[in-house]
Amino acid sequence: MLDQYTQSVLIFMGINVILALSLYLPISAGLLSLGQGGFMSIGAYTSAYLTLNLAWPFALALAAGSLAAGIVGLLVGFPALRIKGVYLIILTMGFGEIVRVFFLNFEPTGAASGLGGIPGHTTLPLLSVIAVAVLTDFWQLRRSRIGRAIAAVREDELAAEITGISLTRVKVTVFAIGGALAGLGGGLYAHYASFIDPAQFGFQRSAEIFVMVLLGGMGNFFGATLGAFTVTLLPELLRFLQDWRMTFFGTLLVVMMIVRPWGIVGARR
Amino acid sequence: MLLEIRDLSRSFGGYQAVSAVSTSVQQGSIHAIIGPNGAGKTTLFNVVSGVLPPTSGSVWLDGEKLTGLRPDRIARMGLVRTFQGVRLFGAMTVLENVQTGRHIRTSSDLAAMFLRPPGRESKQEAAIRERAMALLDMVGLARQRAVLASELALADQRRLEIARALATEPRLLLLDEPVAGMNPVEVNEAAQLIRRIRDSGITVLLTEHHMSLVMKISDQITVLNYGRKIAEGTARQVREDPLVLEAYLGADEAEAH
Repeated sequence: MLDQYTQSVLIFMGINVILALSLYLPISAGLLSLGQGGFMSIGAYTSAYLTLNLAWPFALALAAGSLAAGIVGLLVGFPALRIKGVYLIILTMGFGEIVRVFFLNFEPTGAASGLGGIPGHTTLPLLSVIAVAVLTDFWQLRRSRIGRAIAAVREDELAAEITGISLTRVKVTVFAIGGALAGLGGGLYAHYASFIDPAQFGFQRSAEIFVMVLLGGMGNFFGATLGAFTVTLLPELLRFLQDWRMTFFGTLLVVMMIVRPWGIVGARR
Repeated sequence: MLLEIRDLSRSFGGYQAVSAVSTSVQQGSIHAIIGPNGAGKTTLFNVVSGVLPPTSGSVWLDGEKLTGLRPDRIARMGLVRTFQGVRLFGAMTVLENVQTGRHIRTSSDLAAMFLRPPGRESKQEAAIRERAMALLDMVGLARQRAVLASELALADQRRLEIARALATEPRLLLLDEPVAGMNPVEVNEAAQLIRRIRDSGITVLLTEHHMSLVMKISDQITVLNYGRKIAEGTARQVREDPLVLEAYLGADEAEAH
């Protein structure tokens, strides 16, 4: 058996893969989001509330949390139709803040003092199954009708539209599924961490998810996956540096962006 | 009449790019729109294909009104175009570009993706690939199917754009300067391709500066000058029209010398 520490690192690795892929999906359609933390917290709070207070079975609570985040993703997707580039990033940041402040004031889920005593349902075997399933879907997506439509929208919106692809449908779909995935990650996180509060899902979390995709490479989903591995493992491997750990990690990111701006995986464009 | 343009105008600020143009395109024909630079050809194309809304007037495809619809809806109704500047999905392969054209003629596979065992190609995917390969064969790009679209030479990019448009099964294909920047051999090949498209039952509406090509392949020609229609008819009728000689061919001759 794996020791406690290794298990926890592997669990965070799995959750981070799901979170990184939740952002990779809108990015693969050319839509950048810095609000994934918001979707994550919706999934975390919804599922935790359901298992904790209403004694829902874990699988159902997890699905409900993911669905709730997906529906919110759908709603965020609509304004994203008209807004592009840096403005979309600001919009998604704003969304993340709104969700954080909402849970900061929402009494039923403990407001600022958070939600504790969440049952520890997230186990390594379960998480492995979910992560493999999600990765398989992304593998399928590469050579599929919807996968090509997403890539087409990223490559040239006007050409995609002329070819008959509805920008509305593609953009709203990637935001909704991306949101649902982040919500799934959030639910799994809540049932491992056992305590959640709004601060865990703030801008820093969204930025961390963004770093995973950026570091791994935005070109394909292997990149996002590898980025999630790296962002989870590297700080652990750098523990011997003690207080200087995060400084070193930050420096590494800067160097990486200079030497390989297209990420670990993925061709130069 | 497959396409009817009724009293179509489009202005940019005070500049009238297209003014009160009416014309119609006969089913099964090759119809060319010609005119000197700035005559309004590309603007007309942009309005007809839904890229730009008109200032006034309307466009009808087989009795259905296109004006006000988004380009993707218009594509679904059977009108697809190419661009003078060629707009491909550069980071996708040649084959994927054409497969993308099948989007509107196939059904969503989003749900199936979660259920299908990995590695197995669905029936629909197989059909999409087969159809796309047949189109690549037709335009002569089958060997380059795995190459990125951005890496093709210009003439091949134009061919690929046509293949992608054909993949949508259009009733009317709009070609915006399909031979611009091509050498004489490539122009000849393009002419053959356009004829073959017409012969397969797809109506073609094109703009072009290459006069000998236009005269050779067009069944009907509409001449624009300063946004207005000044003449219309067969190649011979248009060639002998004094207004056209003055406005267009005269200017062209002067430029050539």
